Amino acid sequence: MSSQIRPDLPGTYVFDGPTSRRGHAMNRMFMSLRAEQARAEFRGDEAAYCHRFALTGDQTGAVLEREWQAMLDLGGSIFYMYKLALMDGHSMQYLGGVFTGMSEAEFQAAMLAGGRTDV
Amino acid sequence: MSEVIWGLATSHVPSIGAAMDREKTADPVWAPLFEGYRPAREWLAGHTPDVAILVYNDHANGVDLDVVPTFALGTAESYRVADEGFGRRPVPDVTGDPELSFHLLQSLMDEGFDLTVFQELDVDHGFTVPLSVWTPDPGEAWPCPVIPIMVNVIRYPQPTAARCYALGQALGRAIASYDGVRTVGILGTGGMSHQLAGARAGFINSSFDHMFLEQIARDPAKLAALTREQYIREAGSEGIELIMWLVMRGALNAQVRTVHTAYHVPASNTAAGLALFDNRPG
Repeated sequence: MSSQIRPDLPGTYVFDGPTSRRGHAMNRMFMSLRAEQARAEFRGDEAAYCHRFALTGDQTGAVLEREWQAMLDLGGSIFYMYKLALMDGHSMQYLGGVFTGMSEAEFQAAMLAGGRTDV
Repeated sequence: MSEVIWGLATSHVPSIGAAMDREKTADPVWAPLFEGYRPAREWLAGHTPDVAILVYNDHANGVDLDVVPTFALGTAESYRVADEGFGRRPVPDVTGDPELSFHLLQSLMDEGFDLTVFQELDVDHGFTVPLSVWTPDPGEAWPCPVIPIMVNVIRYPQPTAARCYALGQALGRAIASYDGVRTVGILGTGGMSHQLAGARAGFINSSFDHMFLEQIARDPAKLAALTREQYIREAGSEGIELIMWLVMRGALNAQVRTVHTAYHVPASNTAAGLALFDNRPG
């Protein structure tokens, strides 16, 4: 039996079992950031905070450098990554711009024009 | 015997709640969306049920990825509004109805739906935004007790659309066999087309959305026959939330009267839709 049962759509992340397993530690770390105390600890020493949650080196690097695309590739769930984005003062439109090679303003304009209908 | 008097389907985009909480509903970018809600809100204000059941998904607030229930039911006396990381929404906590929850649990179990039970649950924007779409100014309390049904739509494989529709049909039978209340409203939430991550972020498919808005009233079985792969392709990776509308629709009669529909692009990254159905005979 093939393990490739999920849809393989270009430009689309499907958060399946293997992805969830790969990203579990990182997503747990993101989840913790709902609490102000945790956010303060994270801000104090981001690398140590990632280490405490047992992120891989690649995941830690992606978090420290705010490489959002890499976080997705390393098993991040967008709803969990969004906790970190919110902490940084970023909107979902900002992230949409990052994923699509646009500025936040360009992405917002595309949405206001009816969304991206040709992808 | 309890009667489902209405079904309301609505998107649950967090920024819709934020626009209300920050009093931005008259801003040009938001006004068309809220104008679209107005006829539904007016009708609903005159048709408050004894209890409501709200079908939604959590977004990394009430639950995490350690345990991902496919279908779950709340049995609590009340549900706190979650702090999603930037302070809780300034809206009331939710009063539950444990007695009806226990009846639904037993009835649905007997029909083969093995639900996870939440004795405690914080509800996030997926739950509170639809309540605000229904009741923009709740004051100290929402209009009636509300019971959550949670569906996993984030972690693949999500339940099939057909299973969601069947759950709704069993839910309708469970409600009909209950003597504790007279009238029930059901909310199905999420959607419409949207995708948050990846190179296809920002994807909107208004022709699919309009097809869905029409068929959810007339031929929901057709929508229940679509695969999850079709939902992800046609409505985007987060647009699969639309399967939760089918739980609501399954609990209604085959024939319903459409009170109002609305559609607006965008609510931040999402196509926002609303459909209100009167389920009373005649």
